[in-house]
This record gives sequence, C-alpha cells and structure tokens, in this order.
Amino acid sequence: MKIETRNFGILEVDPNIVINFKEGLPGFEEEKEFIVIEGKDSPFHWLQSVKTSDLAFVIINPFEIFKDYDIKLPKTALEKLKIEKEEDVVTYSIVVIPEDIREMTANLSGPIIINLRERLAKQVILEDDRYGTKHLVFQEDKEEIGG
Amino acid sequence: MLILTRKEGEAIVIDGKIEIKLLEIEDGKVKIGIEAPKDIEILRKEIYLQTQEENLEAGKVNISPEDLRKVLLK
Repeated sequence: MKIETRNFGILEVDPNIVINFKEGLPGFEEEKEFIVIEGKDSPFHWLQSVKTSDLAFVIINPFEIFKDYDIKLPKTALEKLKIEKEEDVVTYSIVVIPEDIREMTANLSGPIIINLRERLAKQVILEDDRYGTKHLVFQEDKEEIGG
Repeated sequence: MLILTRKEGEAIVIDGKIEIKLLEIEDGKVKIGIEAPKDIEILRKEIYLQTQEENLEAGKVNISPEDLRKVLLK
C-alpha cells in the first residue's frame, strides 16, 4: 500500500506494518492507523498517520534516553492490547519540539505502547507521580545520546 | 447530565457492570471506589486533558528529519 508521509514523500509499505490505535490518541481520536518510520542512525523516529499525511509525531524510545525509565502497564492496557509477552512490546514517547530544538521534551506519562505481534497500539496514560508530560530530552548533566 | 444525590457509603451502578461507591466524604474531598470490568479505563480527567494537550502540541511540530539530525551534532 502507498502512504503519503509528511517528511518522506510517498512510501510503498507492506500493509502488515500498519499499527492500529483502536481508540485513536487523546486529541486525535479519529486517527486510528499509523506506521513507525525509524530514523536512520538517529534516536528520533516518526509516528506517521496513514490517513493524514500531514500528521507525523516525532517519537523516541524512552528507555534509550531516560536510563532509569521504568513503567508498569495497567491491566486494562495489557488486556486491550492483548499483550502476552514482554518481548512483543515496543514503547515510544511523543516529543514536543519548541523553537529552540534543544529544549525538546518527551511525554513520559503517556507512552505509546505497541504490541508488534497483534499490531495493536495505545497511548497508555500512567498514573505514576514520577512521570509527567514534559521531560527534557537533553539535560545538562546527560551524556551525549548520539547514535 | 444525570445528577444523583448520594450519602457516604452509598453507591451507584452503571449498566450492571460498573459500581461507583462513595467511601468517604471529608473536608470538601470525596473518596470514591470504582469497580469495573478490566477493559474499562479509569483516569483522573486532568491527566487525560494534559495528555490531549501535549499531543495537540506535538502534532503541530514541524521539523524536517535533517534539522532534527543537526541537534545531535551540537
């Protein structure tokens, strides 16, 4: 199938790579299908909407960037995403990039959880006081993330 | 909106599946107990709204992969 993307023109992709967000995402309830476009040699990837070419979230793998990130998925999420094995799951965080790119933040309280086996995904909202919606990706005391 | 008056210890049942019980009322705060099937997601509304707001902001981000890569070189 062909998907028109915001940054990479029209991509011919295997329909099996499409990920289904049955409920959409908060604020984008009508957006139910996305693909993940992985950044080449970069920690930044893209969550591209299938139907809206102009909608592509910048995402990161929070476990790569925030070394002590540690979450427990609520049972409702495990149930809805039909998660049986941890190795079927990938996690991303949506990034907001202000004018000063170095000030970019990642949403750690609302990770995107994907069950690769079932191609099901959901933005899971965690009730965890340690995490909020704006965590600086680049912190002064942090080592170069490079990649 | 349906409005009901309940006393401490009383409950309401929604659709035979969800029970909402007023456990404790004190100093302008209400402690609520909710029993629901496991596919029903229960969230404090402000957290949901925060996520929504953050997503809307993220959806507006317009940066090219090239510009994004530059940040790694700085």
